[in-house]
Amino acid sequence: MTSEKILTSRLKINKAKLALLEKLSNAVGVSGCEDEVREIVIEEIKPYVDEYNVDAMGNVLAVKHASIKNALRVMFAAHMDEVGFMLVGEDDKGIFAFEPVGGIDERQLVAKPVVAGKDHIAGVIGAKPIHLASAEEKCHPVPMDSLRIDVSPANSGRLKIGDFATFATRFQLSGDSLFGKALDDRLGVASLIELTKKKADHLEILFAFTVQEEIGLRGARVAAYNFNPDLAFVVDSTPAFDFPAYEPGVENSRYNCRLGFGPAIYIADAGTLSDPRLIRFLTKIAEENHIPFQFRQPGGGGTDAGAIHLTRTGVPAVSISVPGRYAHSSILHAKVKDWENTLALLEAILNNVDRSILAEER
Amino acid sequence: MKELIRKFTQTAGPSGYESAVRNVIREELKSYASNIQVDTLGNLIVRVGEKNRNGLSILVAAHMDEIGVIVSHVEKNGLVRFSNIGTVFPRFLPGSRVVFLNGTRGVVNNEKPEDITKIPKFEKFFIDVGAASDKDCPVKIGDLAVFEGEFADYGLNIVSKALDNRAACALLIETIKQIKTTPHELIFVFSTQEEVGSRGALTAAFGIEADLGFALDVTPASHILGTKMQCDLGKGPAIKVRDVNFISDPGVVNWMIDGAKKIRVPYQLEILDVGSTDARSIQMTRSGIASGALSIPCRYVHSPSEMINMNDYQNMIALMVRLLTNPVSLG
Repeated sequence: MTSEKILTSRLKINKAKLALLEKLSNAVGVSGCEDEVREIVIEEIKPYVDEYNVDAMGNVLAVKHASIKNALRVMFAAHMDEVGFMLVGEDDKGIFAFEPVGGIDERQLVAKPVVAGKDHIAGVIGAKPIHLASAEEKCHPVPMDSLRIDVSPANSGRLKIGDFATFATRFQLSGDSLFGKALDDRLGVASLIELTKKKADHLEILFAFTVQEEIGLRGARVAAYNFNPDLAFVVDSTPAFDFPAYEPGVENSRYNCRLGFGPAIYIADAGTLSDPRLIRFLTKIAEENHIPFQFRQPGGGGTDAGAIHLTRTGVPAVSISVPGRYAHSSILHAKVKDWENTLALLEAILNNVDRSILAEER
Repeated sequence: MKELIRKFTQTAGPSGYESAVRNVIREELKSYASNIQVDTLGNLIVRVGEKNRNGLSILVAAHMDEIGVIVSHVEKNGLVRFSNIGTVFPRFLPGSRVVFLNGTRGVVNNEKPEDITKIPKFEKFFIDVGAASDKDCPVKIGDLAVFEGEFADYGLNIVSKALDNRAACALLIETIKQIKTTPHELIFVFSTQEEVGSRGALTAAFGIEADLGFALDVTPASHILGTKMQCDLGKGPAIKVRDVNFISDPGVVNWMIDGAKKIRVPYQLEILDVGSTDARSIQMTRSGIASGALSIPCRYVHSPSEMINMNDYQNMIALMVRLLTNPVSLG
């Protein structure tokens, strides 16, 4: 299937949507400190939702009420947080030891620009220079505990232990590609914001912009308990390893998902066996609406669905992800078309979801 | 009795896709229970009896699911790459056979190993369904399969795939058939997704709010040289004291021991250093539930040829009936 041929998306990615994604990508929201992202979310959804609140964990929970009684309660979740760092010690003025927050690939940290603290103080991840490294040291990635965040002595007093830091990458649109930090999962957050603008009066639509996904699906757990939905759709970003195989002549059979092939629907990951009824539903509406999609390769990893589906007496749940290369690094590469098709699929959910999906036993 | 076990083990039900197993279980139960429900995660919940003055609400869970594999990619040459559902040991893979839920059968083998003395890593394995290319392959990404392993009657012992945990499902049905009166409200949960982390039992227990709960499962038993499993076949049902994620309520352990002594069946105490059961999910539900577990000793767990002893099986039914038809004292 070539995705280009069958594109008939209704929700075109225009300048306004890109500007929103840019704002979200550049905002700092390391797990546990999602304030900046939360502010943007609230500002954006306020005109479109009937009510919203910020819960004890910091999730933004917003509702668009149905116009009918006993309407189907449909939850959409996307996490606001991103992987990053926490400052854990100051060795010398402006030289901070740090620890990862969430799963960071430590091989690619050296010399990356970062921003630290509420004031976004510029810094860089410093390491022993190559001139001084031993032959042995050159063979291995520099371990995180020998790296430091350097913000210069002048800024020493403006940061303290416990402050967060993240990559300083700025969002960029290049042709049909999106480059930016934290697109995992600001693509999902932006998608949910767009979805709040849609009308579906027959549904009670529950939006959860969750916190602390990257450190163990913590926000989603309480959000789902609070909402007590009939079913749930999680919107995230999943890694694409869709390169040619590294060994010549060997087929790449572990690509996870591929850029340009549309939203990736989850069947199984480490935390969730997606409800087969919802997989069938998504497949059906995608085909009917000519929206390209792919199945993410079953395997490890996880999303907020892992927490949501085990809430109370259980919630039918499935995840949909925008594919992105280089996840959990300083920059992610995603495709405009994939995001557009993800939005189209989400809109198709609103237009088609009803109780009959759950009539049959799982 | 063996026929029921044969039927249950030979029905395919990998985690998350237990509907076929649920249907054969429900069919067996029809004449013995009227209150049967299926919940969101696919658990089959059966209620028997009403709680009287000396009674409790007792939840008993036996998981219906089995380990399996799921297609992750079909290569251009028609070979199928896969991921595991539950704990699948690479050492049992070479030469084993699988059957997909759509009926397609295949053999498992591995790429040429660099070192034949070592078990290849999981990603080196593939399933050959006889397809010449990805175009004519009868399975696609996301399709699930279970391992084949015929039922064999060795007399006192029986052998099959999926005795974990269909033997306990069959045992629970035999128990239900024998219970005539009880002071308790008995809630039997044939649970889903145990092999991927006791997920079905978690949501079932939340909805049930029992006073007391326990799981029925198999426990690895062996007298293979070099292993230290305490349990073995033929020495009676195993009363769980502890596993990796769970410590039994001491009162529940004593209640079970006392029951075995009263009816003079042998029992053994189980301390398991690998794996866990639904009991861990039941115990942590809501504000907590006094919990334990009873296990059928089973050799070669998670292989296509698991083995149990029919004396253990019979003794465990007797113990179950004793426990569930008399007032409970957790002393």
